Amino acid sequence: MSISETANPQGSVVDRLRDALPKIVLSPTVAIVAIFVYGFILFTLYLSFTDSRILPSFGWVGWQNYENLFRIRAWDTAVSNLVIFGLLYIIICCALGLLLAILLDQRIRAEGFIRTIYLYPMALSFIVTGVAWKWFLDPGIGIEAVVQGWGWTSFEFDWIKNREMAIYTIVIAAVWQTSGFVMAMFLAGLRGIDSEMMKAAQIDGASTFALYRRIVIPQLRPAFMSAFVVLAHMAIKSYDLVIALTGGGPGTATELPATFMYSYTFTRNQMGIGAASAVIMLMTIAAIIVPYLWSELREKK
Amino acid sequence: MGFLDIKQATKSYGAVQVLHETDISIEEGEFLVLVGPSGCGKSTLLNMIAGLENITSGEIAIRGKSMNGVKPADRNIAMVFQSYALYPNMTVSGNISFGMEMHGIEKSEREKRISQVSDLLQIKHLLDRKPGQLSGGQRQRVAMGRALVREPDVFLFDEPLSNLDAKLRVDMRTEIKKLHQKLGTTIVYVTHDQIEALTLSTRIAVMFGGYVQQLGTPKEIYDNPANMFVAGFMGSPSMNLFPAKVVSENGQSAAEVSLANGTKASIPFATEELASDVGRDIILGIRPEAITDRDGADRNSQAVHIVEAPVEVTEPAGSDTFVVSQIGGKDVTGRFRADVAVNAGDTFPFAFNMEKAVAFDPQSENRIA
Amino acid sequence: MATTHAKSGNSIGRIVLYTLLVFFCIYYLLPLYVMLVNSLKPLSEITAGGMMALPQEWTIAPWLSAWSSAQVGVEATGLRPYFLNSIIMVVPAVALSTIVGALNGYVLTKWPFRGATILFGLLLFGCFIPFQMVLIPMARMLGLMGLAGSVPGLIFVHFVYGIGFSTLYFRNYYAAFPTELVRAAQIDGAGFFRIFWRILLPSSGPIAVVCIIWQFTNIWNDFLFGASFSDFDSQPMTVALNNLVQSSTGVKEYNVHFAGAIMAALPTLLVYIVAGRYFVRGLMAGSVKG
Repeated sequence: MSISETANPQGSVVDRLRDALPKIVLSPTVAIVAIFVYGFILFTLYLSFTDSRILPSFGWVGWQNYENLFRIRAWDTAVSNLVIFGLLYIIICCALGLLLAILLDQRIRAEGFIRTIYLYPMALSFIVTGVAWKWFLDPGIGIEAVVQGWGWTSFEFDWIKNREMAIYTIVIAAVWQTSGFVMAMFLAGLRGIDSEMMKAAQIDGASTFALYRRIVIPQLRPAFMSAFVVLAHMAIKSYDLVIALTGGGPGTATELPATFMYSYTFTRNQMGIGAASAVIMLMTIAAIIVPYLWSELREKK
Repeated sequence: MGFLDIKQATKSYGAVQVLHETDISIEEGEFLVLVGPSGCGKSTLLNMIAGLENITSGEIAIRGKSMNGVKPADRNIAMVFQSYALYPNMTVSGNISFGMEMHGIEKSEREKRISQVSDLLQIKHLLDRKPGQLSGGQRQRVAMGRALVREPDVFLFDEPLSNLDAKLRVDMRTEIKKLHQKLGTTIVYVTHDQIEALTLSTRIAVMFGGYVQQLGTPKEIYDNPANMFVAGFMGSPSMNLFPAKVVSENGQSAAEVSLANGTKASIPFATEELASDVGRDIILGIRPEAITDRDGADRNSQAVHIVEAPVEVTEPAGSDTFVVSQIGGKDVTGRFRADVAVNAGDTFPFAFNMEKAVAFDPQSENRIA
Repeated sequence: MATTHAKSGNSIGRIVLYTLLVFFCIYYLLPLYVMLVNSLKPLSEITAGGMMALPQEWTIAPWLSAWSSAQVGVEATGLRPYFLNSIIMVVPAVALSTIVGALNGYVLTKWPFRGATILFGLLLFGCFIPFQMVLIPMARMLGLMGLAGSVPGLIFVHFVYGIGFSTLYFRNYYAAFPTELVRAAQIDGAGFFRIFWRILLPSSGPIAVVCIIWQFTNIWNDFLFGASFSDFDSQPMTVALNNLVQSSTGVKEYNVHFAGAIMAALPTLLVYIVAGRYFVRGLMAGSVKG
């Protein structure tokens, strides 16, 4: 029901200007989004088909950057790291978030206080999180040194220095940062469930366990969906945490697409390949976000 | 030409036409109620009069001046909304004076008018409060005060009472009627409540499916509904509508109906309007208060006829008892006096006042007699 | 869900429940504890394997060093200039994106037009794109605008990519704001800006707080744009902290690193503690629309 169109065909210039005011107000944003989001996406897309090296250049090379990209070992590592990291990150965050939400939903004391503690890492920068966990996991001074200091001298925990295991330290730090947020999402979902239905289930004789498994958790589907979308897109964009925690190392053991893109574009002067990797990141995110936004906005109508 | 003229006005959203060609002409001082179920186009029409929605085609004119393309603020109208739409951040007096402020009326004049209006509506003690601190009835008064203070040509009311509880609704209804009688302004009032429509209006436009089904005085609408929709929508309990057949009996036309016990009864019409339609299937419409027990029947009527019919249910309602019988396969309700001894299962004489009966064509659903 | 709690007689269950809750409190608080205690002890205590212990000798020297004398990149300036950079960057970026977002939300909900929803969808998608996609053209654009490597350049970038979320907040908030109020004000004779200023804005306090907190947290915590578009003297706090920690010259002063990390975390942490309710609301609105 539009209330904007009281347009007067014979109106004066002032009248017509006044009628166009809402659109005029919106136009800077439209221009900004057109240029700085979609224009830039097209520009980067175009660059991914060119021979750009240290600076953008416009020699067309077709799919060559993409072919090269998939031949680079570091990209291969980055993609398989993303799969490992993404899957573990999403699964652990959801499991931990759900567990914490259910624990907090048991009418406990000091709920607000505990919730505040669970959620505070979300207010921190990934750089801060990275620094804290970098030294906490450092075998020289961190948890390994501490436990050995307590007398368990054979204790080893050197994942962060270990090529095979370093990617899991990223998972640990990332889960620590975001799981509280997932908890908050599930808690909101739990609080939205009709309490009369819960009473009915209890009268039907459902145990607490059955209550959650059969009645509550299936109803958290929308919360799961939202959590999945948010976590997946955060995983794909993960950059700061890797830089602060491991710098992509040891070697390239914790390289992710985001760090790969940055180093190929700005330090290795392979801008064409960097652009190609950014395009692939965008496509992956779009495949997750677009259907989600589509369904959300269509429901609204 | 009337005071407020709606000429061939239509409204479409894309391909969907929500209001079809509508003509209504309102005289100064009239109280017109637009009534109908939700989605009938009544609120759309009101918003078009207000200028909040543009007109797809046609014209709306106030005092002979076309309002097409004129801003809501320049139409000299005032509107009372369903949710009252009081500005939550302003006090009551701020709410009432906002429109005057926007129209550049001087402060001393604004204060004078606020004082008059708040006297009239007895809201003087509320002037410094915020809307959030008011009860529903008080908000309603403030919303009316905001409209009154503008001294508009036309008042528009958009379901103003539907957010109030039943008791308050009745009180406010009376108050609006008093206000209209006192001030004599022109009012267009939208409601889905047919009782509000009947009690308040000088004329009613019954709307359904984007069409005005009938435009007339409350009595015309109630006694002579133009079609089965109007008949069923206006009045509570609603008009009984049941199938019958026109027959000729002793040289008089009558309606033949089938009763629940398998027998047929014929009830003579009060007029011979359907004399040429013998054999035709019709829908007979008769209001509950025109079906009574024998002694409760209207003594001034020349056409009260008794039908012995089996009683299916009785519903005592205090002042009356509603008695239901199956006629022509439909539940037909009669309004009996409260102390009539009638029980479910009895066969009981029902007195039909055929002066009040109307007939509809089953296909077109329009009234034929 | 008041009915799902364990029965009060089931005391073993309650003990397990609270044990778990406390365990997770420790899990989340441990890194903060580590940062805090180690920022207050001499380096020797840390390297001797005393990371978990309280300081034997309490000292604020690491804090002073991190603030004003530690080696950040090539210069021994401490984090102070970068902290100021971040503040100079955050305040205008937050203010601009919030104001524009409020106006956008107002237009999109109260003056809708054909294609408004599609436009909003496009705007929203812009929030989720990987910013790697815009780094290259943005670097060039900032160069063209003469803003390369400067704090105003960063302000501009954060403003541009902050509009999406601020519009989202205000749009969803104003969608629930009764349109009848806008109509009443129209009939009263108020125009486009007057309605916004006098009717909507006075009721926008809560969502403005949510939006400001969200933008503040995001922009303060940003690293990618800061690392991409700043010079040595225009780096924001996060970039400087990373440089401090990663600098490979000399002894690793863990205690100074921890002090610096807390400094970088303090503003957002403070906001979270003071206005946590709004912070959570913003988080939720940013993920679950409507």
